[in-house]
Amino acid sequence: MEKKSINKGILIDSLKQSFAKLAPAIQVKNPVMLVVYIGAILTTALYILSFTGIKDASSGYILAIALILWFTVLFANFAEAIAEGRGRAQANTLRKTRKDVKAKKLISKDNIDDYTEVLSAQLKKGDIVIVRAGEQIPMDGEVIEGAASVDESAITGESAPVIRESGGDRSAVTGGTTVVSDWLVIEVTAEAGESFLDKMISMVEGASRKKTPNEIALQILLITLTIIFLIVTATLLPFSSFASRQAGTGSAISITNVIALLVCLAPTTIGALLSSIGIAGMSRLNQANVLAMSGRAIEAAGDVDVLLLDKTGTITLGNRQASEFLPVRGITEQELADAAQLSSLADETAEGRSIVILAKEKFGIRGREFSKMNANFIAFTAKTRMSGVDYQGIQIRKGAADAVKAFILDNGGEYPEECEQIVRKVAGEGGTPLVVEKNNQVLGVVYLKDIVKNGVKERFEDLRKMGIKTIMITGDNPMTAAAIAAEAGVDDFLAEATPEAKLDLIRDYQSKGHLVAMTGDGTNDAPALAQADVAVAMNTGTQAAKEAGNMVDLDSSPTKLIDIVRIGKQLLMTRGALTTFSVANDVAKYFAIIPVLFFSIYPQLTALNFMGLTSSTTAILSAIIYNALIIVALIPLALKGVKYRELPAGKLLKRNLLIYGLGGIIAPFIAIKGIDMLLTACGIR
Amino acid sequence: MSMIVLQDIIYILLLIGLSIPLGIYIYKVMSGEKVFLTRIFAPVENGIYKIMGVKSNEEMGAKKYALSALAFSGVGLFFVWLLQLLQGILPFNPARIQSASWHLAFNTAASFVSNTNWQAYSGENGLSCLTQFLGLTVQNFVSAATGIAVLFALIRGFVFRKKTTIGNFWTDLTKITLYVLIPISFVLALVLVSQGVVQTFSPYKEVTMLESGAAQTIPLGPAASQIAIKQLGTNGGGFFGANSAFPLENATPLSNLLECLSLLLIPCALCVSFGKAVKDSKQGKSIYITMMILFVVALGITTISEQYTGPAFDGVVASGSMEGKEVIHGVGASSLWATATTAASNGSVNSMHDSFTPLGGMIPMFLMQLGEIVFGGVGSGLYGMLAFVLLTVFIAGLMVGRTPEYLGKKVEPYDMKMVCLIILTPLMFTLLGTAAAVSMPDITSWLTNSGAHGFSEILYAFSSMGNNNGSAFAGFTANTVFTNVVGGIIMLLVRFIPMVAAISLAGNMAKKKSVAVSEGTLSTTNTMFVGLLIGVILIVGALSFLPALALGPIADYFTMR
Repeated sequence: MEKKSINKGILIDSLKQSFAKLAPAIQVKNPVMLVVYIGAILTTALYILSFTGIKDASSGYILAIALILWFTVLFANFAEAIAEGRGRAQANTLRKTRKDVKAKKLISKDNIDDYTEVLSAQLKKGDIVIVRAGEQIPMDGEVIEGAASVDESAITGESAPVIRESGGDRSAVTGGTTVVSDWLVIEVTAEAGESFLDKMISMVEGASRKKTPNEIALQILLITLTIIFLIVTATLLPFSSFASRQAGTGSAISITNVIALLVCLAPTTIGALLSSIGIAGMSRLNQANVLAMSGRAIEAAGDVDVLLLDKTGTITLGNRQASEFLPVRGITEQELADAAQLSSLADETAEGRSIVILAKEKFGIRGREFSKMNANFIAFTAKTRMSGVDYQGIQIRKGAADAVKAFILDNGGEYPEECEQIVRKVAGEGGTPLVVEKNNQVLGVVYLKDIVKNGVKERFEDLRKMGIKTIMITGDNPMTAAAIAAEAGVDDFLAEATPEAKLDLIRDYQSKGHLVAMTGDGTNDAPALAQADVAVAMNTGTQAAKEAGNMVDLDSSPTKLIDIVRIGKQLLMTRGALTTFSVANDVAKYFAIIPVLFFSIYPQLTALNFMGLTSSTTAILSAIIYNALIIVALIPLALKGVKYRELPAGKLLKRNLLIYGLGGIIAPFIAIKGIDMLLTACGIR
Repeated sequence: MSMIVLQDIIYILLLIGLSIPLGIYIYKVMSGEKVFLTRIFAPVENGIYKIMGVKSNEEMGAKKYALSALAFSGVGLFFVWLLQLLQGILPFNPARIQSASWHLAFNTAASFVSNTNWQAYSGENGLSCLTQFLGLTVQNFVSAATGIAVLFALIRGFVFRKKTTIGNFWTDLTKITLYVLIPISFVLALVLVSQGVVQTFSPYKEVTMLESGAAQTIPLGPAASQIAIKQLGTNGGGFFGANSAFPLENATPLSNLLECLSLLLIPCALCVSFGKAVKDSKQGKSIYITMMILFVVALGITTISEQYTGPAFDGVVASGSMEGKEVIHGVGASSLWATATTAASNGSVNSMHDSFTPLGGMIPMFLMQLGEIVFGGVGSGLYGMLAFVLLTVFIAGLMVGRTPEYLGKKVEPYDMKMVCLIILTPLMFTLLGTAAAVSMPDITSWLTNSGAHGFSEILYAFSSMGNNNGSAFAGFTANTVFTNVVGGIIMLLVRFIPMVAAISLAGNMAKKKSVAVSEGTLSTTNTMFVGLLIGVILIVGALSFLPALALGPIADYFTMR
């Protein structure tokens, strides 16, 4: 996905949208701003009426109020439009990839040359198509035959092609991506309009954006506040009329002023920015190359307090490396190194290569040209859990301790106790022991070390401060797992993890009241993904995994989970901070307006006008001008989100309260006084 | 002044000291543990269940609980109304008091059923003994018990996990009345009688005044028993029109202290019970402290205002504004009572708030306008406060980057709706009621004062009815068709809308699973939270009422200077 910041195009587009959004059908969706909208219409009507002689304030004043209210509405529209702008631009780029292509539909998968050409939009679920090098994959599907490299940059932004093949966990392909080499036979799994690309377009565009539960709850609060202020300001009409009759001076407060007062007291700041905050949060997630299937998932990410992290790639560098040769008694280190290297020559895995390199570094044993050696290399399989070489009557095997032990005992050999001790020691230190034998005799152990990534320990420490537990998931045995867990500083680990064990672990934590997040890619991860509260499926993963998860990570990066939690928390914090700011503003606005509002009835109340505002006209104008401008001023914050740090709840609250609570009380005092002075200087009384 | 401070400190220490054991006791009663009274009352309790046909182990869902509470109160409303209409022909009417008008009877019935005890009538010449003890005294008990019952339903909502029930209304009601309200009232009534508060069925006495020789009628009746529960159950409806400013209702400094303690005793104790019930005493403590801080600040402002800002006569400032206060109580005890009675939704008085200094009178009014949550009504005060706690948690919770939760329960849209209903209802009806009253054409004829103070009188009356307090500012003619009917309706709405909302909230909370506590969870027991809660309460209160107060007591204050 292209990462675009706000550019001129988006800005101009958003300005246009601000006016388009003045349509009543759109305004009705935001009750707080609807009040401003209606206020703007009413004051405009009052202004027109003022020419017929029906007026409760001077025409110029009513016009000024009406104009400011219209601008307030426009600013709110602009805030939403600009938040949507980035998504709209992204969606447009994606749409270009979604052009209709001619698909080669097969009659049967057995004969790949017998096809008819149909439009991709006409493909149905279950149809089988062939895609050759240079052609675009017409629709989401499952590879049922063939292997090919596919350019998925249209979706992921990653230019290096990826391998897609039938069977296994790399069989899902996405419509709109291009086959670079070879060919694939694909069974279509989605129809036009519901493909991954379609979903993605509607997600980034915000078209399918539904209000999240927390947003709805906040909206209820904002509506309640608005109702309170509606009643407070509406009752001021009879109150002030009664008071002026009693006092025998002054007059009831004008309808224009009631509307102005209502607008500046209603929580318009947060009301105007609420949807922008949500859209921006979604947009930040998209920029991290994660697609959330619902806004609810982002909120849940903020609540997550247990992270299940895969060891490989997240906690440790993907591959283990040979770090030591540990021979048994009677065998020299060099002998062991030699045998180990020999057996690893054909081993293309990172582990195998690291053995060859270590032997070379330590003893200068050069890699031999094995093609000339007439050797028979035995590859590693999950079943035997050994690999090795048969060469000039010599038989060398290396592999997991218990596998090698069983192999030797089966062949009538002896497995020394000393070797068991070395194996235990290595495992205890978190390493992986690889036992090497030659002709039924144990030579020793190769110490494969898991390298813990730099900085993860500190990262987990930060997460712990926020109350988030990290749990390492690994297929290693418990001893190895414990050692790495200790080194990486995770809170807990699940060793010898099976999909069932993962599922049980999640259920267990959930029953204790925790919210669990996990990443998964394989089909066997699907049940656990479905159970987890936040489930991130890797884009390279299977269709089943993607469907079970509520987010898709287009980069397929195992560390993404931590970023997702950050984005979720930041979204909620921004919402809370701006709500606090908005409500705190009201305190200052009250102090500005109330003392001068009843000036004509009780002149003595000016004793409270310690802000020294010139008149009720300038006070009210200043307050609603501030009210409109603050929306614009806060748009960048709504889009970027408030500053996020990994801190305990107490400290976070203190920090945000200080900035947005106290700041929210102080800022309007200064701004309103400033605007008032400016208005006074312009000769407005 | 130092004596007043000392008196206030002693009062607060006694209050805290008594509330802790009582709170634990109430918790035990409500959780079905054995207490020392179990042996005596268990057979009575079971007998009551048998007569009422209640299955004591039946658990109710929120809907059934709410309907039971409403039905019970509805029957009570009708009964008290009917009793007043027929009291002229019914027995136990030594003073031969006539039947009340339909609208006054409605207002009084609504007032007592809603635990408001707004008195548009005057006890000694408006109600028969039968109406007093069969109608009002009974409602004093059961309306208080209903409030406490709903509080415990809400507490169960927080405690229960994935359950569809929140307890049984009838057993809650019976337990509270039988084990809590009756025994304490009984003890208090006895002590009050010892101080000279009357308790008799004999008719009013004609006496000859020593000084003038003129005849005066001394009203009598079974007062002590009603006064005890009037104070304890945050009722406030005095046996006599002058309430506890009348010597036969409040005879000595000791009776004054006891009655004043009783004002806040149960609301304070319930904070302790709450902490016990949610298995985290700190939660109860932080709410208790929040209420206490607001109370002490209010008490300070009222007392200082009464002591130092009284009107100067001929340039001489009297030591304390004594107008409308009994000499026996003085500025200190009067200010204390005024603050306590409006902090709690009690409304009984031992001085006339209308005569308070503008700011001294504003504080009691503002305490009511906060929604009767600074201690507030028995039960209802705490469930109102819990709504503010949830509101605070909602805003603060977001700021720590989590969706809000309280006591392990997530606060979701439905919960917010109920919270908003609880908070919005009283302040809405207070403002609307006042607006309706000032718009009445003959409003000025109902007032004894004009100008800003006249507005204060109306605002006070509707703040009192609109928050189920019931205290009167005086100076406002309460017995008119408009005030009786509108006021009666307001009292019922502000009592039962939040109550049903609290029960619905309980039902919804009970269904949820509980979220584990971690470092990332917002603490609701530390100083910062208490501060934040106070801030939210004051801001909501101030934002709602500052304009109205500016036209009333604040303008009054500045015009008097």
